[in-house]
Amino acid sequence: MNILTLFVLIPVVTMLAIGFSKSMKSIRVVAAIGMGIQLILAAFLVYAYLTERAAGNTAEMLFTYDALWFPSLNIHYSIGVDGISVAMIALTAVVVFAGIFASWEVEYLSKEFFISLILLASGVFGFFISIDLFTMLLFYELAVIPMYLLIGIWGSGPKEYSAMKLTLMLMGGSALLMVGLLGIYFYSAPDGTPLTWNLLEISKNTIPIEMQRFLFPFTFIGFGILGALFPFHTWSPDGHASAPTAVSMLHAGVLMKLGGYGAFRVAIFLMPDAAQEQAWIFLLLTGTSVVYGAFGAIFQKDLKYINAYSSVSHCGLVLFAILMMNQTALNGAVIQMISHGLMTALFFALIGMIYGRTHTRLINEMGGLMKVMPFLSVVYVIAGLASLGLPGLSGFVAEMTIFIGSFQHTDSFHRMLTIIAAASIVITAVYILRVVATLLYGPIRNDHYNHLTDARWFEKLSTVTLLVCIAAIGIAPLWLSDMINFSLAPIVTKLSMATSSFVSIF
Amino acid sequence: MTGNIPLEYFLILSTIMFFTGIFGFLTRRNLITMLMSIELILNSVNINFVAFNHFLYPNNLQGHFFTLIIIAVAAAEAAVAIAIIINIYRNFKSIEVDKVNQMKY
Amino acid sequence: MNAYSYTLLIPLIPLFVFLLIGLTGHKYKPSISGLIGTAGLLVVTVLSYMTAISYFWTDHIAGTAYTSLKVFEIDWLHLTEFLTINLGILLDPISVMMLVVISTVSFMVHIYSLGYMKGEKGFARFYAFLSLFSFSMLGLVLATNIFQMYIFWELVGVSSYLLIGFYYTKPSAVSASKKAFIVTRFADLGFLIGILMLSFMTNTFDFQTLVSSDSPALSHMGGATFLGLSTLTWALTLVFIGGAGKSAMFPLHIWLPDAMEGPTPVSALIHAATMVVAGVYLVARLFPLYSMVAPDALVIVAWVGGISSLFAAIIACTQYDIKRVLAYSTMSQIGYMMLALGVSGYGGHDGLGFMASNWHLFTHAMFKALLFLGAGAIIHSVHSNDMREMGNLRKYLPITHLTFLIGCLTIAGIPPLSGFFSKDEILAAALHANPALFAIEYLVAGITAFYMFRLYFNVFWGKSTHYHHTPHESPLVMTIPLMVLAFGAVFSGFLPFNELVTSDGLPFEAHINYSVAIPSVLIAAFGILVAYMMYRKESLVPEKIATSLGAFYRGAYHKFYMDELYLFVTHKIIFRYISQPVAWFDRNIVDGTMNLIGYSIEKASYMIKGFQSGRVQQYGYVFVTGAVALVIIFVFIW
Repeated sequence: MNILTLFVLIPVVTMLAIGFSKSMKSIRVVAAIGMGIQLILAAFLVYAYLTERAAGNTAEMLFTYDALWFPSLNIHYSIGVDGISVAMIALTAVVVFAGIFASWEVEYLSKEFFISLILLASGVFGFFISIDLFTMLLFYELAVIPMYLLIGIWGSGPKEYSAMKLTLMLMGGSALLMVGLLGIYFYSAPDGTPLTWNLLEISKNTIPIEMQRFLFPFTFIGFGILGALFPFHTWSPDGHASAPTAVSMLHAGVLMKLGGYGAFRVAIFLMPDAAQEQAWIFLLLTGTSVVYGAFGAIFQKDLKYINAYSSVSHCGLVLFAILMMNQTALNGAVIQMISHGLMTALFFALIGMIYGRTHTRLINEMGGLMKVMPFLSVVYVIAGLASLGLPGLSGFVAEMTIFIGSFQHTDSFHRMLTIIAAASIVITAVYILRVVATLLYGPIRNDHYNHLTDARWFEKLSTVTLLVCIAAIGIAPLWLSDMINFSLAPIVTKLSMATSSFVSIF
Repeated sequence: MTGNIPLEYFLILSTIMFFTGIFGFLTRRNLITMLMSIELILNSVNINFVAFNHFLYPNNLQGHFFTLIIIAVAAAEAAVAIAIIINIYRNFKSIEVDKVNQMKY
Repeated sequence: MNAYSYTLLIPLIPLFVFLLIGLTGHKYKPSISGLIGTAGLLVVTVLSYMTAISYFWTDHIAGTAYTSLKVFEIDWLHLTEFLTINLGILLDPISVMMLVVISTVSFMVHIYSLGYMKGEKGFARFYAFLSLFSFSMLGLVLATNIFQMYIFWELVGVSSYLLIGFYYTKPSAVSASKKAFIVTRFADLGFLIGILMLSFMTNTFDFQTLVSSDSPALSHMGGATFLGLSTLTWALTLVFIGGAGKSAMFPLHIWLPDAMEGPTPVSALIHAATMVVAGVYLVARLFPLYSMVAPDALVIVAWVGGISSLFAAIIACTQYDIKRVLAYSTMSQIGYMMLALGVSGYGGHDGLGFMASNWHLFTHAMFKALLFLGAGAIIHSVHSNDMREMGNLRKYLPITHLTFLIGCLTIAGIPPLSGFFSKDEILAAALHANPALFAIEYLVAGITAFYMFRLYFNVFWGKSTHYHHTPHESPLVMTIPLMVLAFGAVFSGFLPFNELVTSDGLPFEAHINYSVAIPSVLIAAFGILVAYMMYRKESLVPEKIATSLGAFYRGAYHKFYMDELYLFVTHKIIFRYISQPVAWFDRNIVDGTMNLIGYSIEKASYMIKGFQSGRVQQYGYVFVTGAVALVIIFVFIW
């Protein structure tokens, strides 16, 4: 069997096994085993991919498999991976694995909780392995829908409102996306050839420029909504704030990456001409969201809101780099997706753990936690440092690659935006250090906190898994960067063949 | 026996019965009365069946059979409906349709 | 492999020690962590001295220029076709000199802290952070390219942040650490943009390529200009801003005095001897480039250095916290070094400023670390930072007193102590290039002597203060480092820097310039004399002078309100007028729009909801009406 199909199959089997499990203990053990296997498989996939490449296989997609699924519309179950999707799959496996352990003590309807969580994960895995646009969209929806239940049932605060808002906004994105994808389907094939959903085949054709101009905004915004594109990001703060820990982790860590991944795999890759023409609009929007999210985060009091705004800023940087459309910036975008996925998952895991102890998320009600929970606090500081781009941790690699890539444009429009985006590293430092100082340092403000306990084994496992990945990327980024670079080559070639050039407002 | 009565008379009677039934069904809120209205509608149809059968195909009996079937179905329907109505009455102490709206919201 | 491969161990040992203590430090007794850290640093020190001896003497062929050797390099990240971030080790006169400085001071601080930090909660953590800092600082000076330097630049920033905030339950320490990080981060943004511009123009990060005589930067000397300065000048100025932030140059100095909230050994190591001179090192590292393509940027460097040194020296005269006096003094001395770089030319005797700057860096590291550690010993025995609560300590702390006096004399520039030589060369270079700057520095030399002896007399002489418990001399583990550093402070002036560390690697003739040296010694002596008269015994003279200076004194006492200005800009303008509106805008306008869409859809749905009442009778009614209407239409109207 194709190794990639396993990525969808294992979650399904795990869900079935959870369905037959009786006690909460066996449910979570089954979930952990299933996702553990998934993690090992992902590691193996990375290894297999690298060996294949080392052996000189230069095909664009590896491990491909294709089966006709719905003949009359020519829909295939068509899968395959390149370096970018391998990296994203590895990220997903890590975050899901950590997420299972972060939700180790969900007692209320735990069976349903884990099933929904894994269903979501399987949607994400399916999305990343798909080459066929239709199956891609199918898995995309599969990933978005369980979110409603997960937030609506297991959430906190105004959970119905947030769940509704999040789902509706994402569905709105899907609607735009549907228009875009259908347009691509109908207009991509040259006369006389059958219509196709296959990404690679479409990329060989050229969609007429008039159609591109029309379809590009639909596709880009459709994916962009999930990637927290300003001003369609407002589902993010509320959604994250209400979601249970593991869901926030998965959502910010993985699901938002679907947006970035789709935006350049589909929108930019297939419609390079329109992308060149319209990039300036979206560059302004994403450039705004980088700085705006960071400024927004300074003033928040709720830990999850701070992190949600920080995600807006960091994910804005992903889209920003994608729109820069050169090899280095795109590479940076992918690394930033992975780095942000790991960091933000770690943050949300820690916030969940802290909230589980103090029962508040307002930073000014807490203080001095370093004394009572040193492990969690130290991890929080490290996560914070990763987030503000400390060398040796993943954030730095991503940001520097993006800034250097963006700066390769010679016009002042791109450069000014790059400098503005780079300024966000200072603002990031401000809000991260503010949180660290208020939350972890200083004297203990509340006597009850003296009795709090530090992390348990499963919490340690969850955070250490993420931390190790963050440090690994930060210390030795070369293999990841090279793996991505190789797969970016065809995309960049396609972009460089675009006939229309960048339209600048200057 | 009926040879002297023209078809129009039957039709007028059945039309009056039919619209009486419709009117009753649409305006009354009492489930029993609504059931009775439905019976009126059904019976007006019965009259039409029998009348047309008599005037158009005197040698056939299909119209009569249909009438019999309708009567049987109506009886069954009445039995079920009244059973439901009784249950509703037990639950809500009322057989007004407006009161029975808990399933809706 | 080559003869210097062992230098790879110099940064890696502290890294290993950091990981070891950081991960396992809680498992064993704190003192073991301290010993591990100190042992690691001992090895580093030995290796550094080996490197220095073989680089400067045994491996060097007399009469030839010192070349820079890239002894190790790996690819770390591929960025574009041309740009690759490498990590490696570059040995040249200044990096080898820095190795000696860092390892010596760091090793002394490690030993000293065994006594100073004894019994402190978080002793193991302290040593872990010290090792992390040593690793980062060594990586910084050994960097082969500007990006590696940036990487370690950020790492030293974080180590400094962690160490300033070492007493994390103390709010003032926490906010000081935050401030230090954010201010330097702000400066680093300039550095980063500078790197972006520079690397784009030259397609390289590599120092050797950048500063070589056929540097790719040379082809961009014409190029576009912005506000009258060439793009390269802008790039290098931005790089200098990064250096100015780290080196606490005016106006980015505000973090340094607050950073004194950290433990005193940290102040000695990071905020006096090593990290704060990273800015000087950065400019020195790129000096040939500055000198070749952006002399305008050097003028900025010189003036920033000059202004900072005067500014800090004036403030230092009014402070009472002994560590803050030393902090301002550090800022002032780094101003000297910057100025020396700024006025220097390239090659031969023109490079006098370059040599003087590095020399002063070296001597300053010795005597300032000595002064800080001495201050630490004082604080350790008196449990206060405030010099008003001290006096007459010479009886209680003889060794500290003697070494501190040596430190004060050195910084004042009294021959034949090392400070005299290095300062003399700086003044000579300044006089040669820019008389105005020379005048400033000459004045500062006097002020320096004054405030240092103000401190000295206040602490060791003056009024006999009543102490709660009698101050006692520190243990040997603390006094030995003082003696070693005092030795360095006395004798490092006799090192032949004009042969070892020069701008082009070739030795040149340098001699004491008596026309500069004699007046500078005189003004220093004058400063000491004034301090002696004012503070030797308790007197009312200082207060009278302070009152007579009025507003000027108050301004200096309040550090010329720079903190307030920054607070105003950050809190009032950025927080209140940018951040708060952004947060409001997002919650109300952007999110409000989304909610409005949702709300209006919901309202619209309520409005049409009546049609779907679920009442069969209503449906029937509509149906019948419709049917009748259709009948009427079709039958009668059609």
